[in-house]
Amino acid sequence: MSNPSKPNRRGFLKGGTALAGLAAAGGAKEAAAQATNQSAAAKKTEEVIGYGERSRFITSKRYPVAGRHSPDEFGLMFHVLTPLQDSVGIITPSSLHYFATHRGSFIPDIDPKEHRLMIHGMVDRPLIFSVDELKRLPYVTRVHFIECLGNRARAADATVQDTHGLTSCAEWTGVPLSLLLKEAGVQQGAAWIVAEGAEEVKGSSSIPINKAMDDCMVCYAMNGEPIRPQQGFPLRLMVPGFEGIYQIKYLRRIKVVDRHYLTYDDYGHITADPKAAALTNQIGPKSVITYPSGGHKLQGPGFYEISGLAWSGAGAVRGVDVSVNGGRSWQAAELRTPAYPMAHTRFGFHWQWDGQPCTLMSRCTDELGSVQPSRQEVGKYWNDPPERIRVRGNDNTIQPWKVGADGGVTNGLA
Amino acid sequence: MALRKLILGAAAFCFCQIVWAQSPAYGVGRKPTAEEIKAWDISIGPTGKELPAGHGTAKEGAAIYKVKCAGCHGADGYSKNHAPTLIQSKIPRPKEGVVHCLEPCVDDNNTMAVHSPYANVIWDYINRGMPLGREGSLKPDEVYSLTAFLLFRNNVITEAELMSETTLPAVKMPNVNGFAVAEWKHGTPRLQRYP
Repeated sequence: MSNPSKPNRRGFLKGGTALAGLAAAGGAKEAAAQATNQSAAAKKTEEVIGYGERSRFITSKRYPVAGRHSPDEFGLMFHVLTPLQDSVGIITPSSLHYFATHRGSFIPDIDPKEHRLMIHGMVDRPLIFSVDELKRLPYVTRVHFIECLGNRARAADATVQDTHGLTSCAEWTGVPLSLLLKEAGVQQGAAWIVAEGAEEVKGSSSIPINKAMDDCMVCYAMNGEPIRPQQGFPLRLMVPGFEGIYQIKYLRRIKVVDRHYLTYDDYGHITADPKAAALTNQIGPKSVITYPSGGHKLQGPGFYEISGLAWSGAGAVRGVDVSVNGGRSWQAAELRTPAYPMAHTRFGFHWQWDGQPCTLMSRCTDELGSVQPSRQEVGKYWNDPPERIRVRGNDNTIQPWKVGADGGVTNGLA
Repeated sequence: MALRKLILGAAAFCFCQIVWAQSPAYGVGRKPTAEEIKAWDISIGPTGKELPAGHGTAKEGAAIYKVKCAGCHGADGYSKNHAPTLIQSKIPRPKEGVVHCLEPCVDDNNTMAVHSPYANVIWDYINRGMPLGREGSLKPDEVYSLTAFLLFRNNVITEAELMSETTLPAVKMPNVNGFAVAEWKHGTPRLQRYP
């Protein structure tokens, strides 16, 4: 028998023979129950055949940043955290990828047939593309993390979802922005681009032209399907390694300009200090242990595989060190996945827990040799008093997890 | 040494020209009309060259503010309901009943009319993003009036000053030097000697 007949035959068996059998046995009640189950099963057919769902026993979920209503009383403003404590590998499922709509915006409901991307400004040939036209062009597929500048651990945070949940990693597919800009012909004197979304506040950010011509992508797919509405459907600008606000969702316009436009979304998070400014747009080398982490409970002394994520906005992760004694000594962890540039990289470390209280830490070194700092090292750099350390720009400091004698794991910053 | 720098500079310049100034290779997409570009281009840069013709005063702005803005931002540019603070107060605000403010928190310290680098940015943001639910519906004269109102109420301009496409870019903003922009270069650490 050929394959296409299989679903029909199964359907017949489920809907017909099984019920008939029950009726013959005289169990009217059971038959009714079976009928209910059967209609539920029919409803489930769409899920089983059309679009699959995870097991009902798996409950890992995103939630908004603590203490903040998402959405707020205007129905606006989302900052939603990824459950990193449950993560494995390096790809965040699209349904669990963190997201934020900056300066308050609804998630727009865009018909991709109506959507256009315009490239104009200091170019020889302004261009308008439909989504289908962009899909005709040569594309690249790359794995990249995104991280919000607000992804900073606080002493009050309980889990790694709270401390680090504003970063996620996905496989992105799209047209290199450099290809589109060359197609338009960037003019001499061009120094920045201003990228803009189609949502109602039309959020826009300025990006240096050398970054735009380097590795940015105009993406239409994420994790093997069209980008989800929360992530910018139908088009999103990917600016690898830069903080989340630059990854413009619902991308509708790119204007090539001669200077920094310092838009409302640009100026809000920079100050007059050039050192602090240098620590904003590009994410520093960073890592965090996701297992065991805050809220986990070890079942007793013995073997545990420490697992975590490392990433850097400057390129690939070169290595990760792990300390099981609060930073007194460090040992090299193993990278368990390919180390893609500007992507989460999974590390693992064999650990025998002796049952004594201890503090676990991880430390990332990126391909430039830059090393993830401790909070104390950052405090020393800025001459902050030890009790009032303020991490300027992107917070890429080392996260400690305390393991108690009972196996309970808590935030080491507390 | 100077000559070497000059040669290196010339080489870098030539390289840029080769990389960037290319003729179209794919011919996909179409040329937008001048009207399309005009309709879409709402980015107002530091020079203000994109500003449309129009004008308005703080007095005119006050009347528009009352109808279109005060509902969320409060009659005096301050509200407990999360909306960004628009008019600075030297007197500390009562903390009672205030919910967490929007991120990044726009309060008396970074009120837009005082904090933003150029008056054009205020115009740009009101024009593109306000009012809530009817974004982009304000006419240029209304945006000039509202910008004048916010600048006046934050003591940046006088009540009589007329804001237009020529006067707005000339407003001296108190925080114009408050923003350092870091240069970005592929394959370089963010900040030398940062731990």
